[in-house]
Amino acid sequence: MGKYIVKRLLSLIPVLIGVSLIVFFLVRMIPGSALQMYMGTQVEATAEQMEELKRLFGEDKPIPVLYFEWVGDLLKGDFGYSLRTGRPVLPDILNRLPISLELTLYSLILALLIGIPLGVVSSLHQNTFGDFINRVIGLIGLSLPQFWLAALMVIAFSNFQGWIPMGNYISLLEDPVKNLKMFFLPSLAIGFGFAAVVMRYTRNSMLEVLQMDYVRTAKAKGLPHRKVIIIHALKNAILPVITVTGFNAGYLLGGSIVIEEVFALPGMGRLALYAINQRDYPVIQAIVLVIATLFVLVNLMTDLVYALADPRIRLVDEKR
Amino acid sequence: MNTPRLLRNKIALAGLILIVLYLLMSVVSLFWLPFDPLAMNAEQILQAPSIGSGHLFGTDEFGRDILSRIMKGTSVSFIISVSATALGAIIGIFMGVWAGYLGGKPDNIIMRIADILFSFPSLLLAIFIMAILGEHTYNVVLAIGIVYIPQFARISRGAIIALKGNEFIRAATSNGAGRTYILTHHLLPNITAPLIVQISLSLSTAILLESALSFLGLGVQPPNPSWGNMLSSARKVMMFAPWTAVYPGLAIVLLVLGFNLLGDGLRDILDPRLRNVR
Repeated sequence: MGKYIVKRLLSLIPVLIGVSLIVFFLVRMIPGSALQMYMGTQVEATAEQMEELKRLFGEDKPIPVLYFEWVGDLLKGDFGYSLRTGRPVLPDILNRLPISLELTLYSLILALLIGIPLGVVSSLHQNTFGDFINRVIGLIGLSLPQFWLAALMVIAFSNFQGWIPMGNYISLLEDPVKNLKMFFLPSLAIGFGFAAVVMRYTRNSMLEVLQMDYVRTAKAKGLPHRKVIIIHALKNAILPVITVTGFNAGYLLGGSIVIEEVFALPGMGRLALYAINQRDYPVIQAIVLVIATLFVLVNLMTDLVYALADPRIRLVDEKR
Repeated sequence: MNTPRLLRNKIALAGLILIVLYLLMSVVSLFWLPFDPLAMNAEQILQAPSIGSGHLFGTDEFGRDILSRIMKGTSVSFIISVSATALGAIIGIFMGVWAGYLGGKPDNIIMRIADILFSFPSLLLAIFIMAILGEHTYNVVLAIGIVYIPQFARISRGAIIALKGNEFIRAATSNGAGRTYILTHHLLPNITAPLIVQISLSLSTAILLESALSFLGLGVQPPNPSWGNMLSSARKVMMFAPWTAVYPGLAIVLLVLGFNLLGDGLRDILDPRLRNVR
């Protein structure tokens, strides 16, 4: 297993380099330099001042050099400075990151809590009316825009105190009840659609496993029905669900951008949108990089969990 | 594809009916709309839906008829989702097929690029591209299309690799068939099933992505109506005029549902493995 982890960690390096290249060069494709953006049209500067500013903005060097300097700074924890506030970007991101992560985590938990049981029930009653209703609700769940669901929640719950965060954030440590209450609806808005995905995968995977010989053997041995389903079938059926869940964590993280906006939760998504509206490119660049890195790490963790749960995966990989 | 089988599958049929209804609405909107979707009317601001006034879905904060705006937005959604999917599918399939067929170095390079694009959550990538290109309808197509490229590349590559080892391909090679001939005559026709399903699902996701971008103010720009930007402007007034948010949202849900139903039905029909499960 150790060898497998090292190998997977090493495979991250080219991906992360690629991600940083894309982020860096795409931002530099924007017409107009950061300096022009910063100066606006109202300010006049002398030639010496312009030279000084160019040096400060790093516009006096060729782009490849700038890239390496940027990566070097990143590795030292320097993510650059906001064009609008002049503050370093990293502390702002770190302040908001926990809110986005909390939202993503809660929506993941809700999605699994809703999706897995419904998927199991649906598979046990395959092709009945209940199964059909479940599938249709699942498809509707997949078709709902998260931000619309969120907007409807805001309309419906606006009279209930504490359910709609609207700007103020209370941390879990400060007041767990209030925290969970304010995160419930936003998490549900993101998690509902994903619950549908989980439900569909659980159902399909259970249907496949339930046909297998060892499940029939377990039943024939006279084991209680519940035990066969939960211990024998679900344990194996859950594997593909884990993979899908991990690989979709990014979808939840992406969803949080829109949902934070609707519920006015002060997370990273709101910061990103604000930065986009303000054309504050150092901030945009840093946030995209942070989210993509998180996403890559979550995918790695999914692979590792999968390999831990199913030795065949890592054996195949180690033989190569 | 076998048409009668498509029509016998209830799920696919339901999806097809929804899509055809929307297509009809989009065609009708080119010739006739109940009201001018752009005309503001100070006397008709935020009218609740009623049959008497003719505003079946009510009016928005500028007194514009919501039904007319939804109808007008249908074409916008169709055009964006079809062209973005086409863009992603054409480039992605081309990349994936060549990568899978050639193997070796080209495969490695193409798939590493796809891996890197995959490292961005799709909505984030689309938002990022829009932030760079600027808010414009064609940029929405470009942003969503780019998001789709790695998805199509990965699926078509997998399908080609699974197919490549088959005897009929080897037979064609030993008969002296060229690479391009084998690709176009033997490989491509045999990987259409997973691609058709993916196209149908991509059309639905494109509508969701477009509406999310427009909702965030990064997509189709007002006053041109798109379902997403209608919801965006509804946010200011939806507490006391919920119809401004409800109907555009329903328009999105039903069309996306149509494509999802069709995609699901197609998968049932085209994927023999699942057919056995049923």
